[in-house]
Amino acid sequence: MKQIFQRPKYLKDAVFHYCPGCGHSIIHRLVAEVIEELDIAEKTIGVPPAGCAVLAYDYFDLDMCEAPHGRGAAVATGVKRALPDRIVFSYQGDGDIAAIGTAETIHAANRGENITIIFVNNSCYGMTGGQMAPTTILGQNSSTTPGGRDSLRDGTPIDLSEMLAITKGSVYIERTSVNSPKNIRKTKKAIKKAFKIQMAGLGFSLIEVLSPCPTNWKLSPVDACKWIDETIVKTYPMKVIKDEAGNID
Amino acid sequence: MKRVVEGSEAVAEAVRLARVNVISAYPITPQTHIVEFLSEYCANGTMDARFLRVESEHSALAALIGTATTGVRSFTATSGQGLALMHELLHWTSGARLPIVMAEVNRALAPGWNIWVDQTDSLAQRDTGWIQLYCEDSQEVLDTIIQAYRLGELVDLPVMVVLDAFFLSHTYEPVDVPDQKLVDDYLPSWEPKFQLDTEKPCAFGPLVTPAFYMEMRHAIAGAMEDALEVFPRVEDEFEKIFDRRYGEIEAVSCNDAEIILVTSGTATSTSRLVVENLRAKGEKVGLLKIKLFRPFPVELVRKVLAPAKKVAVIDRNFSFGASGIFAQEIRAALCNTMKHPPVFGYVAGIGGRDVTADVIEDIYRRAKASDFPEGESVWVGLQEN
Ligand code: SF4
Repeated sequence: MKQIFQRPKYLKDAVFHYCPGCGHSIIHRLVAEVIEELDIAEKTIGVPPAGCAVLAYDYFDLDMCEAPHGRGAAVATGVKRALPDRIVFSYQGDGDIAAIGTAETIHAANRGENITIIFVNNSCYGMTGGQMAPTTILGQNSSTTPGGRDSLRDGTPIDLSEMLAITKGSVYIERTSVNSPKNIRKTKKAIKKAFKIQMAGLGFSLIEVLSPCPTNWKLSPVDACKWIDETIVKTYPMKVIKDEAGNID
Repeated sequence: MKRVVEGSEAVAEAVRLARVNVISAYPITPQTHIVEFLSEYCANGTMDARFLRVESEHSALAALIGTATTGVRSFTATSGQGLALMHELLHWTSGARLPIVMAEVNRALAPGWNIWVDQTDSLAQRDTGWIQLYCEDSQEVLDTIIQAYRLGELVDLPVMVVLDAFFLSHTYEPVDVPDQKLVDDYLPSWEPKFQLDTEKPCAFGPLVTPAFYMEMRHAIAGAMEDALEVFPRVEDEFEKIFDRRYGEIEAVSCNDAEIILVTSGTATSTSRLVVENLRAKGEKVGLLKIKLFRPFPVELVRKVLAPAKKVAVIDRNFSFGASGIFAQEIRAALCNTMKHPPVFGYVAGIGGRDVTADVIEDIYRRAKASDFPEGESVWVGLQEN
């Protein structure tokens, strides 16, 4: 019988701790597949965050260097500058990158650091129990905004990717999702392009992936996927936000 | 009214009862339930306060420096990495003489990531000019938060109320949640000596040259000494209304004790049991609980410990290159007494490992078996290899 589906080579044979229906598991797979297809595993270093993906080193069969909360872009900068011929990516959630880590992310992009960031946006602090994050959309219930986020009281959802696109140093920024087979394929394409940009030495690339968090959204996995299409994309539309690399192949 | 509440809820109830005006916080395990309770109270109108959902602990405390400078009662809560990130602002808060109160849930520092109890996070901030109070149970946590506003506002210093991760923050206990009326009788509204008020123009935080900086720092040192004097008064007033007091320290069976164990936090409760059992077997053992760590109650500690034959300090923390931090403080407190017992330092329960009755009894037996400490610290319960 012909085998048509298997565990990617660089994902360990481990059981994910992620909740059923969580986008992290899919995104991990996509990153591992891309690394395998580009044949860069031997020289790739990952920087996991604080947040639900804190245990990413248990899943990726790669060299990993944990960053303090929010400091992924700065730690990745250091690793890349010291080892410029390696491929360095940081993997961060919205609570990590778009809240406590906003400053170093903007400055890494602005300096045009030749790193790749996978930014998983589930519009809340997932691991600590679904509190409001800067990315939480208006009206969204969270454990610190009972009754929904209110713009006058809590501010408006931050669009970090658009902010990073404004910096002169960023090269490629795209927002995708993993809520449907079609979007999963698009996300993989975007991640692959981001890694290729780094391999070509072109500079800062970031893929923001809208990712279902059924647990904190209090929705079934299917409804969580629907909620992205029906609600989240109104605040965070899926699109190429910046592309100065063009056709990289 | 007695209710069965989680430690985090005891914190939140105290903050509500203290009529705090502003809460500013960033969620971090195991502090999260505190801020969730408080945002619930703010949302359902049972608390008339603003809740600032800021993007980091650094901004959480910076925002409170702003609010407290305008003269409103301010609160934050954090843990471990979050407290470490606040470090710069901790110095600023005390330097600016702002009586902000913080609930600090002791959590181990990374790497490796660890969300469990360990006191190194708060003890590493011992030189930042914050009053530090370590609590043993949820009732003490609730009472101490209310007292902390009274104490801090009398001496113009910030106060950190410290509780163990999970053993306190996530454990349910019966707690007397007092009536608002009684708390109002106890805790008057804060009358700041100076505050931002455009009617009375004022500038805060200026450049201070060597001609004055030293005096400013000396004044903070003086305020810490004042805190030592004020603390019993704060407790007297509290006891009168609520019939509870804790003391800067608490000595248990110490009068005729040959060996005195020293503890803080929840390890104290377990130690009480161990001391009781050992006493029943005829062992001359006592227990000293340290609640007030900054300012350190040197005289009180000396009085209890100096007559003993040996002191055995249990530290759930460590200062690398030195020893357990409570042991350091106890040694420093005793060294200027003419005659004092040797201080045995034991490190246990780091990163959330359980400090069981067996561990404590083992520590007692070790101290009993040796004449003099072999080193500054003995790590208890390490795994082989
Ligand atoms: S809490 Fe949300 S983001 Fe975290 S593992 Fe569960 S579903 Fe995924």
